[in-house]
Amino acid sequence: MFVVDRLTKTYADGARALQSVNLAVEEGEILAVVGGSGCGKTTLLRLVAGLDAASEGAITVDGEPILGPHPAVGIVFQEPRLLPWLTVADNVAFGIQDLPRAERRDRVVQALDKVGLAEHARRWPRELSGGQQQRVSIARALVARPKVLLLDEPFSALDAFTRASLHDHLLALWEASRPTVVIVTHDVEEAVALADRVVVMRPRPGRVFETISVRAARPRDKLAPGFDKAKRRVLNALDRSLRPTEEHPNPTAGGAELWW
Amino acid sequence: MDASTITKPRPSSLAAEAADAALSPTAPRSAVRARPVVLGLVLPVALALGWEAAVRLGLAQGRLMPPPSRIFEAFWSLARTGDLWTHVGATLGRVLAGFAFGALFGTAVGALAGASERFRWFFDPTLQALRSVPSIAWVPLFLLWFGIFETSKIILIAVGVFFPVYLGVAGAIEGIDRKLLEVGRVFRLSGFAMVRRVLLPAVLPAWILALRSGLGLGFMFVVAAELMGASEGLGYLLLDGQQMGRPDQILAAIIAFALLGKLCDGVLVAIGTPLTAWQDTRRGRL
Repeated sequence: MFVVDRLTKTYADGARALQSVNLAVEEGEILAVVGGSGCGKTTLLRLVAGLDAASEGAITVDGEPILGPHPAVGIVFQEPRLLPWLTVADNVAFGIQDLPRAERRDRVVQALDKVGLAEHARRWPRELSGGQQQRVSIARALVARPKVLLLDEPFSALDAFTRASLHDHLLALWEASRPTVVIVTHDVEEAVALADRVVVMRPRPGRVFETISVRAARPRDKLAPGFDKAKRRVLNALDRSLRPTEEHPNPTAGGAELWW
Repeated sequence: MDASTITKPRPSSLAAEAADAALSPTAPRSAVRARPVVLGLVLPVALALGWEAAVRLGLAQGRLMPPPSRIFEAFWSLARTGDLWTHVGATLGRVLAGFAFGALFGTAVGALAGASERFRWFFDPTLQALRSVPSIAWVPLFLLWFGIFETSKIILIAVGVFFPVYLGVAGAIEGIDRKLLEVGRVFRLSGFAMVRRVLLPAVLPAWILALRSGLGLGFMFVVAAELMGASEGLGYLLLDGQQMGRPDQILAAIIAFALLGKLCDGVLVAIGTPLTAWQDTRRGRL
């Protein structure tokens, strides 16, 4: 269980990025976070990854507080951020150098196989396309077997075809160890295609506006009527979250579940 | 292909030529590629041959500017008697010793300046001011301080090597991608592991480049050092040639400098290239 409790982040200049954000994510659940720009999505992930310190509130994974980078939390950034001087295989192994050599090799081979890059193991990152690089980056985060995997708009720089195939790769890797996944995205379709629940955030200051459950077996059929319905629901919530004047007395009350 | 093999000395360009020739079986293509190199050789070769002919035909005296054959003769006789190797050895020893000290301190101080803002604020202005002092200006002072023997020479060379290495390393460390450091943080690298696994490889290409320009300056400073009084070394050969009125010896020493400098740089490049093969850049030929 991954819990974010009254998380608040105020920057030194007084800007409030996050205000009292509460989340509770079940083990193995995939949670998508969507919201307009400035709603603190990226701030939230950076706090959970331990890269920045929260002003108030707490983050725990299975009851253990996250105060800095933690082995239970892995992150995939918006850019692949591969180390250009390491081969693809060495990049994947970057975070598991403490493991015995054989174990390390097994995990790397397995992960590269899952993301379809087994034959590129000995190449330099520069020889890969953007989508392939991001696959390496996902593999790198997952071989460390984190309990919680964070993804910060990982596919936003890629075209629609590549993105769809990466969703499959991501789900294949997730299937192997079933970590809790929190994916930040601005693509509503992506959120609905992947997540068990979609959290809509509201900007200035960033806070949770509404949570929408999507209960359908994966892989999901994007042409199913239910898919469209869920998408519209998220879009609708997004739209309302961005209206500045309207008051939201009880924003998360409408988190009814959606089935198809 | 014959023309290209002769005029293109680098194996990489040879491979490129070969690949090119394989792609387009017509010969003219490689001839076109080779032309710039040939063109670049036309002027020096023509000047050398012209001067040789002019002296032989009695059109010029060639006393102050000896023809190529005499320069080569001087070079050859120096090499045969073993004098050349004594001088080359002395110069090389000084350059390497000065380079070692200069590179060591340049790297260490550059690393500190790159890593700590406060260190940079404190030391960088002074270092920049010292950097703009011309090398020869140090000579009298170093002679007073360190005597006329090896110490003063090696220190002068070390000073020359220090600055480009310092600047290169400090700039490279400052310019490291913050995003890659964050990857190291996410995987909880210790300070030492961060240096070894992220900082060092990231800085390596700039460091090698800085060492190369430092070595180049080391060769410039060794001449200054040897002109200020030495009994051996290529710089001494220059001075001796001037005092004995032997321009052929001066030119032979200059050629020896050129070959030695190129050779040392080539060694650095050969060591550095496999370490930086990952770079996503045009294969520069600096």
